[in-house]
Amino acid sequence: MTAPDAYPGAAGDRRPGPPAIPGQAAAPASTAPGFPGVPGGHGGLEPPGEVITLQGAGKTYPGGLTALDNADLTIREGELVAIVGPSGSGKSTLLNLMGTLDRPSSGRVEVLGHDVATLSDRRLSAVRARWIGFVFQQFFLSPHLSALDNVATGLLYHGIGHSRRRERAAEALTRVGLGHRLDHKPHELSGGERQRTAIARAVVSRPRIVLADEPTGALDSTSGAAVVQLLRDLNAQGTTIAVITHDRQLADSLPRRVRILDGRIQEDDMAGTAA
Amino acid sequence: MTARSEKLPTPARLRPRDVLAVGLSGLRGRKLRAVLSALGIAIGVAAMVAVVGIGTSSQARLADQIAKLGTNLLTVAPGQSFAGTAAQLPSDADAMVERIGPVESATATGKTDATVRRNDRIEPGITGGIQVLASREDLLGTVGGKLRAGRFLDAATGNFPTVVLGDTAAKRLGVTEPGGQVWLGGQWFTVIGLLDPVPLADDLDVSALVGWEAAIKYLGFSGNPTTVYTRTAESAVEAVRDVLAPTVNPKNPNEVKVSRPSDALAAQLAAKDTFNALLLGLGAVALLVGGVGVANTMVIAVLERRQEIGLRRALGAHRGQIRTQFLTEAVTLAGLGGIAGAALGGAATYAYATAKDWPFAIPIAALAGAVAASALVGAVAGLYPAGRAARLTPTEALATG
Repeated sequence: MTAPDAYPGAAGDRRPGPPAIPGQAAAPASTAPGFPGVPGGHGGLEPPGEVITLQGAGKTYPGGLTALDNADLTIREGELVAIVGPSGSGKSTLLNLMGTLDRPSSGRVEVLGHDVATLSDRRLSAVRARWIGFVFQQFFLSPHLSALDNVATGLLYHGIGHSRRRERAAEALTRVGLGHRLDHKPHELSGGERQRTAIARAVVSRPRIVLADEPTGALDSTSGAAVVQLLRDLNAQGTTIAVITHDRQLADSLPRRVRILDGRIQEDDMAGTAA
Repeated sequence: MTARSEKLPTPARLRPRDVLAVGLSGLRGRKLRAVLSALGIAIGVAAMVAVVGIGTSSQARLADQIAKLGTNLLTVAPGQSFAGTAAQLPSDADAMVERIGPVESATATGKTDATVRRNDRIEPGITGGIQVLASREDLLGTVGGKLRAGRFLDAATGNFPTVVLGDTAAKRLGVTEPGGQVWLGGQWFTVIGLLDPVPLADDLDVSALVGWEAAIKYLGFSGNPTTVYTRTAESAVEAVRDVLAPTVNPKNPNEVKVSRPSDALAAQLAAKDTFNALLLGLGAVALLVGGVGVANTMVIAVLERRQEIGLRRALGAHRGQIRTQFLTEAVTLAGLGGIAGAALGGAATYAYATAKDWPFAIPIAALAGAVAASALVGAVAGLYPAGRAARLTPTEALATG
């Protein structure tokens, strides 16, 4: 992985301050060239690159239910964003559109500048394989596979060999603090450990963004807090993360909050809590 | 913006090993169900393999038998004369045949008008279908017959009222061992021997054989043979066959009937094939039923594993890869059933052949074909469920449960 301090806002003394906020990014210009995945730097004055952009994106299901209406949202490299709203507010729809799991019925969704609507299923699947990592509330681990093999599944659709996948899976599990649990089956792990395994699976492919859907929803508060801390740490090491949650407290602890209600983005609050 | 120039990632191909591993992963978690649905295929395949195997083994036995009995036995019998009356062979017909170069041996039997009964109290009309034949003393060697008990007619016994009974004849007369007497042609004949069935000359089975001289003396036999049996060098069978009629009856060769008894067995060999086709059809139906079982299992698997499908789509599997996964699973399931069925069918054939004392024979092509056919059935059975799995959108798949 790229050095932890290789992008703005990641310096150890600034945690838990908000990293990589557009507009602030100009300040530590000297570190910008090392930005993960952005080769050659960008002159130091530009904001970090856009990972996902929604322009007037909407989703109406057959039957007339509008789950998301005219949403504008930009997530930039290095951000840690909470998308918060009560259940039924449309945040899962938003996540599906951001993760290219679904296509908008109106408006535009771009991933790293590519319009999702123009991509074939194969291309879009490759985009998910390489650029987007998913964390789900229910973990979705295969019960008969070890933690290591579950994480290695995250690289299955990259076309790389079995042993290389396992090597990288072991690295990822070590990163999430489960280096000692490689051969355990999911049922031998605690809830928190399972979610950390699922997070390792999401980051093993070094995606450009991790989308976490209620990552603490199935956990007790202690394990939940540990998972949130893990997401912060990963973010501090340069991973862009969007967390979908209905937990206001959790959302309030993150640098940027997008509040959504009844399918509309109500508020995009970039004021850091530490500020 | 730098991001805009970022190149799209290329879709990756799954390595064959991974395709197989992913296809098998679905079976690992549900072993009992996998075994049960593979069992359906296995039963169908086992039935087909056993049918083919037992058929082949029985044909191998027939072929063995033909080889053992030899295909070089020819028989000569009188046909009909030009005028439509029954023709006769000259009394020294067998001796004439024996003089043909490649002929190894020749012998003869002659029909008499006598009948044979168990005793003199039984109505003369009840012959039991048993014919009384005059027999040369060297009959058995040429036709390949074997004595089950007692002895055959020889120079001494052939002059006296003694009789050797064919297998069926002995059963009909209720004779189980030599030594007793039967009422033959109006007097008592002593049974001196019993024959085993003679496959190449089965009319001997329903015959009572008496010596040539005895037949003339006691039964009014004309001395003209009605069947000449001859063994020839294997290479010259056709040539000898052609000259037999003119040799036996130079004046009217068209009044002589020549035949080759092994042809009947060969025809039997061919007839088995049609019977096999019928049973094979039944096996194919069983295999199809097994295929329906696999399709059923796969449809349920797709319903149950929507979340897994959703996860795989999120991890970057495209539709084709999901389809391939479930097709692989169906083909593997059916293929494993096919292999198990082939083994089972092979074992059944072996047991049956051993019990019947037949040679064990299964064509390798049948085994390979059975496994290939079940894999094909699996592919067809998996087509629809795999297509359904592939058509699920990631959100539909993830939304369940």
